[in-house]
Amino acid sequence: MTVTLDHYLFLSAAVFAIGLFGALSRRGLVAVLLSIELMLNAVNITFVAFSRYLDVPGSDQVATAGQLSGQVFALFVIAVAAAEAAVALAIILAVYRTRRTTNIEDVNTMKW
Amino acid sequence: MTEETWVAIAFWVLAAGLVASALAVVLLPRILHSALALVLAFVFVAGLYVILSAEFIAAVQVIVYVGAVTVLVLFAIMMTESSQVRGSNAPNRQAWLVAVVAAGLLALIVAVLSSATWNAGTRMPDTLAGTDIVAAIGRLMLSEFFVPFEVAAVLLLLAMIGAIVIARPD
Amino acid sequence: MQAVPWLILAAPLAAFLVIVFGTLYARNERLSGYVSIVAMLCAAVLAVVALAGTTSATHLRSSLDWFALGSTRFTLGVLLDPLTAVMLVVVTVVSLLVQIYSQSYMAGDSGYRRYYAFMSLFSLSMLGLVLADNFLQLYIFWELVGLCSYLLIGHWYQRPAAAAAAKKAFIVTRFGDLGFLVGILVLYAWTGSFEFGAIESAVKSGALAGGTITVAAILLFAGAVGKSAQFPLHVWLPDAMEGPTPVSALIHAATMVAAGVYMVARAYTIFSASADAMLVVAIIGGFTALFAATHALVAVDIKRVLAYSTVSQLGYMMMGLGVGAYAAGVFHLFNHAFFKALLFLAAGVVIHMTGVQDLPKMGGLARKMPITAATFAVGGLSLAGLFPLSGFWSKEQILDGAMASGHTVLFALGLLTALLTAFYTARAWLLAFWGEGRVVEGDAADADVHGEHASGEPAVMTVPLLVLATAAVLTGLLGSSWLGDPFAGFLGHATEGAHGGGSVELALVSTALVIAGIGLAWLMYGSRSISAESVGATFRPVYVMLVRKYWLDDLYGWMVRVFVLALSELLLWFDKTVVDGIVNGTGWLAAAVFGRASSRSQTGVAANYGLVFFAGLLVMGLAVLVGLGR
Repeated sequence: MTVTLDHYLFLSAAVFAIGLFGALSRRGLVAVLLSIELMLNAVNITFVAFSRYLDVPGSDQVATAGQLSGQVFALFVIAVAAAEAAVALAIILAVYRTRRTTNIEDVNTMKW
Repeated sequence: MTEETWVAIAFWVLAAGLVASALAVVLLPRILHSALALVLAFVFVAGLYVILSAEFIAAVQVIVYVGAVTVLVLFAIMMTESSQVRGSNAPNRQAWLVAVVAAGLLALIVAVLSSATWNAGTRMPDTLAGTDIVAAIGRLMLSEFFVPFEVAAVLLLLAMIGAIVIARPD
Repeated sequence: MQAVPWLILAAPLAAFLVIVFGTLYARNERLSGYVSIVAMLCAAVLAVVALAGTTSATHLRSSLDWFALGSTRFTLGVLLDPLTAVMLVVVTVVSLLVQIYSQSYMAGDSGYRRYYAFMSLFSLSMLGLVLADNFLQLYIFWELVGLCSYLLIGHWYQRPAAAAAAKKAFIVTRFGDLGFLVGILVLYAWTGSFEFGAIESAVKSGALAGGTITVAAILLFAGAVGKSAQFPLHVWLPDAMEGPTPVSALIHAATMVAAGVYMVARAYTIFSASADAMLVVAIIGGFTALFAATHALVAVDIKRVLAYSTVSQLGYMMMGLGVGAYAAGVFHLFNHAFFKALLFLAAGVVIHMTGVQDLPKMGGLARKMPITAATFAVGGLSLAGLFPLSGFWSKEQILDGAMASGHTVLFALGLLTALLTAFYTARAWLLAFWGEGRVVEGDAADADVHGEHASGEPAVMTVPLLVLATAAVLTGLLGSSWLGDPFAGFLGHATEGAHGGGSVELALVSTALVIAGIGLAWLMYGSRSISAESVGATFRPVYVMLVRKYWLDDLYGWMVRVFVLALSELLLWFDKTVVDGIVNGTGWLAAAVFGRASSRSQTGVAANYGLVFFAGLLVMGLAVLVGLGR
């Protein structure tokens, strides 16, 4: 059978949903971070899949730019994800240092 | 066996692996195991990039994610939690509701996607055939996407500074 | 001539304003009295001028546009016709005499200025009522007159009895006023106008159905029942005697209470178009005449005797109007104003000088105040209807009218009432002025400080008494059927006076009754041949019933307690529980539900917020999907 764009999109959606589930239902901050990384990867798959399968009309240079923009996007996403991971982990360390816990249910002072 | 068949086999293997490791990340009771499952997921994603003719991205994926991000995560785990404790990746009180919502959203996305028609073929588009993708990406970075490129650089700098400031002991 | 009525209104109005705003800080409080009297003098002169210039055919109207509501225009106007001219003279002259009298009576009173201010306001209101050319204006001044009555009855408002009496007067007349207003509105709804002329034409042309006319007339009469203290709304008038005696003389004898009679006379076209309404008027009038007279038989306070007498005489007037003797009723109003005012002012002299108001505590005052005793006698005899004083002529005409129109029962009631009237009037005079002096100094509200005026009656008081006494003697001749009844002719109802020029038999019978009544009173209170106490003991049940005023006041009080107060309790409960409950409940709801409860959704846990976010996203997505699917 041929693998079409749809396959990749459904796969991406599934991984995204799993990541979403993890992000909202885990107790530990690190677990939430891991799930968020999953979501970002799922999105990246979508970008690259579109880059590969979508037919962007035009001629050479312009077309290439359009055609490859998916991959470029994915590159940027990876860069941002890395930066975000660094900052997030710094925050986790700071929270742990002051509250001795990384349970999200205990980090709740902005409330009634 | 045709190329298409190979690709198909590779896809399904990688896809299955990815989904399995994603589930493992979320469901395994110990956080360290989750982190390792995440590494596995990254690798599968890189594999998928390869069969999507995005070798450069695959390489970047492995270097950045598997290399850097994973290490960061492992450091954080080791510095903050008892990583081997059974309850370290426990679900919180709203887990069931989240499952419902996530499933619902998945269904919604699938429904929308299946009703869409893409201007997509199955073969590699002619415009990409034969081009040196890495070179092309490089050229694009310094022409089309110059501003995002520079901004990304600044962003990384900011993130670095921010992370240092936040994580610094007082 | 056009301007005269307006000027008559302007005078007391100006006096009122001047007294209120001008003399407030004047050092001499008597200034307010002078202002009021001067104004009333001008008004009286103008009234006489108006009367002189009026014939039986005069119908002068002058109106101003007041305001418009949609397509309806409301006007203010004056109407001058014979009836109005007569009333103008009565009101201005009596008001003038009473105000002059009050100079002495109310001297030294702390509310002197207030008294004269309200006296002027009252005069204005009464004149406005009489001069009105449409029902709306009449009603406005009707209410104003009621207000002034309230203010003046409660002149010594620090006395609880006076305050209560003022309230009672206002509230009881209110019941009547309600019917009055509904009647006016019924007429307006059916004719589209408040003006007397327009309504009269509508009635005459048959534009109004008979049933409508009857209903409207009876409703209008309700107002008269209240204002003129007819049964069953008579209970306020005796209590109104708590006010100063000049007030009683002016308002509750001569003018305000006569407003009801005036109104029926003014709306006579409407009333006479409905036989049922006329019957109602006549019956209530006749019944009230007798009913009130019975109260006067046992009344102890001299002012109450006169108050019940007033109610009774007003009943006569109503009866007269009701049986079709229009001129007779109005004529009796005319005469009654003078002799009743006289009686009240004379009683006032007694109260002022002795401090006593109760008849049993008086006696032999004829020696101390001869002029008062004489004028009281004249007024009393006129009230009793002794030939040839004024009361005789008008009463005879009324009885004649009752007889001629076939109301034999009412005629009999009228005769019986005449007998009682003579009796109680003579009783009052004898108890007060005859016999040995029994007077112990009392503390009547009206009394001057410690009754120190043993030096004789002040001239300021006796002159009005004498003027009124002269009137009581002479005014009868104006309507005497023996002289062709010029009064009726003036009013334009000449035909009614021609009932055979007044039967001689009736004159003899009524005179006999008067003499009998006076004679009986003499025996009981003059020569003391019959003991009043033994009569009272013999007819004990009747006596008790009379003294307790047929327990009507008790009945009304019970009705108020049971119905009005019960309703008040219910409404209070409703207000406290339901209304306040809603208000407080809304507050509680806001705080509890929209406050405390919903603030708990701010858990502070980011994952909760995320869940809500994505759940909302899911819902919106589904909504769009479903919407697109349609």
